[in-house]
Amino acid sequence: MRIKKNIAVSDNGFIFNPSTGDSYSINPIGMEIIRQLKETRPKEEIKHSIMNEYNCDEATFEKDFYDFTMMLRNYKLLEHE
Amino acid sequence: MAKKLYERPIIRPLTSGLMNKFGSRSEYLPVTHIDGASVKDMLKEFGSPLFVFSERQVRENMRNAKRAFETRYPKVQFAWSYKTNYLNAICNIFHQEGSWAEVVSRFEYDKAILNGVPGDKILFNGPDKTDDDLRTAIKNNSPIHIDHLDELYRLTEQATEMKVKPRVAIRINMDTGIYPLWDRFGFNYENGQAWDALNKIMASGKLNLVGLHAHIGTYMISTNAYYVAATKLADLAINLKQKHDTTIQYIDMGGGFASQNTLKGSYLKGADMVPSVNEYAEAICTGLINAGFKSNELPTLILEPGRVLIDDAGFLLGTVIANKRLSDGRKATILDFGVNILFTSFWYDHKISPAQEFGMHTEDTILYGPLCMNIDVIRENVALPPLNAGDNLVVHHVGAYDITQSMQFISLRPAVVIVDSMSKAHLIKRKETLQDIQHNEAMPEFLRSFKLS
Ligand SMILES: Cc1ncc(COP(=O)(O)O)c(C=O)c1O
Repeated sequence: MRIKKNIAVSDNGFIFNPSTGDSYSINPIGMEIIRQLKETRPKEEIKHSIMNEYNCDEATFEKDFYDFTMMLRNYKLLEHE
Repeated sequence: MAKKLYERPIIRPLTSGLMNKFGSRSEYLPVTHIDGASVKDMLKEFGSPLFVFSERQVRENMRNAKRAFETRYPKVQFAWSYKTNYLNAICNIFHQEGSWAEVVSRFEYDKAILNGVPGDKILFNGPDKTDDDLRTAIKNNSPIHIDHLDELYRLTEQATEMKVKPRVAIRINMDTGIYPLWDRFGFNYENGQAWDALNKIMASGKLNLVGLHAHIGTYMISTNAYYVAATKLADLAINLKQKHDTTIQYIDMGGGFASQNTLKGSYLKGADMVPSVNEYAEAICTGLINAGFKSNELPTLILEPGRVLIDDAGFLLGTVIANKRLSDGRKATILDFGVNILFTSFWYDHKISPAQEFGMHTEDTILYGPLCMNIDVIRENVALPPLNAGDNLVVHHVGAYDITQSMQFISLRPAVVIVDSMSKAHLIKRKETLQDIQHNEAMPEFLRSFKLS
């Protein structure tokens, strides 16, 4: 799973899709996940880093990660796999 | 090292022109306490969902309303509209503050009696009073507000039999310049019905005409309508004086003052749009004072406002059951309270606050109740911070009509508590039980048993 290369990610919670002109606001956890996806880290690694840093259990992460990446796909921010 | 507070990852498209640093921040702050009583503690003690009333707010509303009218008019009496909220504990706060009772059924009438309201301080309104109801009210010397001619004749019969002259008023409907006109209750002013009915009462000599009553509508946002109504009732009173030399003791202007809830489809928030009680008072009192009564013959002004006195004193606390993503990408949150206990969600876009701290980001969310029914929608679209299963919410302004119109449907109805001035929560209605519901059922012998194979 990879974020499209041309997507601009700012440090303060915004992303911009230059091919459509759409922009989005993202909360800090979402930013953290996107940053790691940009670095093409696998899901397992992302999960461990989030669970290390935040007060979050595995089932909650799995559920929320699935939902979040579905929305990223929905907004056409992910590369086709 | 303590871990950081987790919040569900969210992404929210920004609409051009509306871009700001925080996406679109919800206007709400978390509501962790009601009058100093902890939301989480109350849910733990009394279960979720839970209705909570603020004693302080009820008394404050009542005192403000009293002040608004008493500073503008010499003789004012409030009567608590039982149908708006007839939990006995709530009624008794109003009675402690000096309110009489205003009832529209025998059930409500008997409730007021059991609460200890003297019969002559119970105003009996409504289109449905049986002969037995009328006789009871006559015996107790309660003012009976006549709704239609059939009632007028039946009441005259009962009074003749009982050889007493009951105290009566008639309910009058009229054109106050607002639409729709509530002409189904009482006698019409413009077409002369009201004047005819008054003349019939005077001619019979069997009834003691003490008042004139109107209740022109509910959630009225025009104060001028009240000015018009006060003028028309005063006009009838002055004509009665001239023609029959009878002095009306009171003019009852009913209720209908808007609370601060936001009507569905309204562009403006209720709080930014509805008149204050002072403005209603100004319209009504000006209408009466300018009507031409002799100063020693000014009738007492009776008021029966319901929702404006109790709506913002009631809260519904609840819990998130689950989150879902709908097929079109919208977020949906399922709550543990449904439209069966929040009837007013059909009219209002209720303000809803999370009961715990949250971040700066929000998502557009649809809020569903727990009923397995498609109509069970609490809010069609509300911007809320991401909520997790188990998080708590506070719905504001649910004090009027939600308790009295709640429906036992699919699940049991929740407990109700009142928070006193020392921030202590007291149970005023316990949670319903299966036994409560089945208590009135009966099982015929032939349906008692069955065998499934
Ligand atoms: C006769 C009468 N008085 C008072 C009220 C209270 O109305 P509201 O809650 O709109 O003030 C009602 C409610 O319908 C009513 O029918």
